[in-house]
Amino acid sequence: MRYLVLLIGDGAEKPWSEHTEDEQVVAMAKFGEFDAACRDRAGVELIAGEALSESGDATVMRTVGGRVQLTDGPYAEVIEGMGGFYLLDAPDLDVVVELLQVLPRYDIQIHPTVDVTP
Amino acid sequence: MRQEWGRLVALLLSQFRRLDLVEDALGDAVEAASRTWPDDGVPANPAGWLMTAARRRVLDRLRSEDVARRKLPLLLTDAERHQEGVTAMADTGALVEDDVLRLVLMCAHPALAPESASALSLRLVLGVPTADIARLFLVPEPTMAARVTRAKKRIVGAGIPFAVPDASVLPERLDIVAQTAYLAFTAGYSPGTGPDLLRADLSGQAIRLVRVVLGLRPDEPSLVALLALVLLQHSRRDARVHDGRLVLLADQDRTRWHHDEVAEATRLLRSPCLTGPLTPLAASYVVQARIAAEHATAATAADTRWDRVVELYDVLLQVAPSPSARLARAVAVAEHRGAAAGLAALEGLEIPDSHRPAAVRAELLARAGDADAARAAYDQAIAACRNDVERAFLEGQRERL
Repeated sequence: MRYLVLLIGDGAEKPWSEHTEDEQVVAMAKFGEFDAACRDRAGVELIAGEALSESGDATVMRTVGGRVQLTDGPYAEVIEGMGGFYLLDAPDLDVVVELLQVLPRYDIQIHPTVDVTP
Repeated sequence: MRQEWGRLVALLLSQFRRLDLVEDALGDAVEAASRTWPDDGVPANPAGWLMTAARRRVLDRLRSEDVARRKLPLLLTDAERHQEGVTAMADTGALVEDDVLRLVLMCAHPALAPESASALSLRLVLGVPTADIARLFLVPEPTMAARVTRAKKRIVGAGIPFAVPDASVLPERLDIVAQTAYLAFTAGYSPGTGPDLLRADLSGQAIRLVRVVLGLRPDEPSLVALLALVLLQHSRRDARVHDGRLVLLADQDRTRWHHDEVAEATRLLRSPCLTGPLTPLAASYVVQARIAAEHATAATAADTRWDRVVELYDVLLQVAPSPSARLARAVAVAEHRGAAAGLAALEGLEIPDSHRPAAVRAELLARAGDADAARAAYDQAIAACRNDVERAFLEGQRERL
């Protein structure tokens, strides 16, 4: 199954800007550990993963009356700006949850994708 | 047939991983059996017959689905590989038992809402008809059918595994299984609305669920303690209602209690597995069961060791603090040290949407001789009570003042 993993909030962590430099290094190391854990796990493939820039950098695109309209700022319904995402292949939800526990204690949404390959 | 239901669902699921098809197919197989067996005779291996019929049905459905065109070869190989499992089903092979445990853990997965998990466990593991589950949870049958369907879809959609989890999280998962079973049990004993005072037969189904899981994990503390607790509560079922009226513990005819169940529960409470370190949930079940056992083993209401009951409630409030535990402790304090002490223990206690604190306060005020305050408290309790039988009881108490 393919899962989109959205890091949707700081959760039990302090905001990134309040971390000391040392704390930032520790947190970054956890992302490295997560990559390694996915690599080592049979049946799991990390297809993509990126950190997102500040939410104010995002652009919203809508088609209104046949015309594409661009506006600044994200208007997606997220409480805080989304921090990043992963796209990974994994056998089931439990495997994903187990692997994600390596990361800092963010609030995370785990969303299966729909297989549309013919 | 009911005994085989969970094993058959588990076995089919281990082959096809299609929860949506598996249960319908098994239902169809049972229906076909009820048509043909009376004429043709019951086959030598009824479970095997049902299994074969259900498997054919699933394969038919898969063939007719677009998605199956791509995955059918894979599934067929899988099905063949599991043929061995089917022959093993006649005896209680370890493989089959493990499949049932997988089914139970899947139904009680933490990513499902507890009510859905309870309903799904009763449906898939025990084969309890949806109409009965609806009655247990006091919702209309279509609502319950929709809830069960949603839960099944969520299992498939979210990728909830059909697997026995790692040993490190297994006790946690079994705690959730225990909680969902207890939720189903208490649904039968805490009627919120309507004319039924209790639905003991349905609570009995929840006990059966605990027994099934305990059979798979015999030394799991939360399951051992839970079985003791529910047996003790269930043992009083025949004495709790008389002529359609609620009978309080103190007034119950103790000869009508199921003393074999009391004996089994007290034996369970002596299990060595309960002496080790316990999860908070298991600890709270043990303490609650010990409280129930104090009542169940007292020869008469007057012989109840209220001092020990109060002590046990003190422990419970440390392990698992809750307003209803505080309320029960206040009742025990009143029995042990008098109505005034009980009223003091009730001070400041409120349970939203519950008539019980007011009902207890009314009773204690009446005992303390304050009839006016007792009447006012009964009015408050009667206004908040949504069960017909309980309300009639409270009205009777108020009139006797």
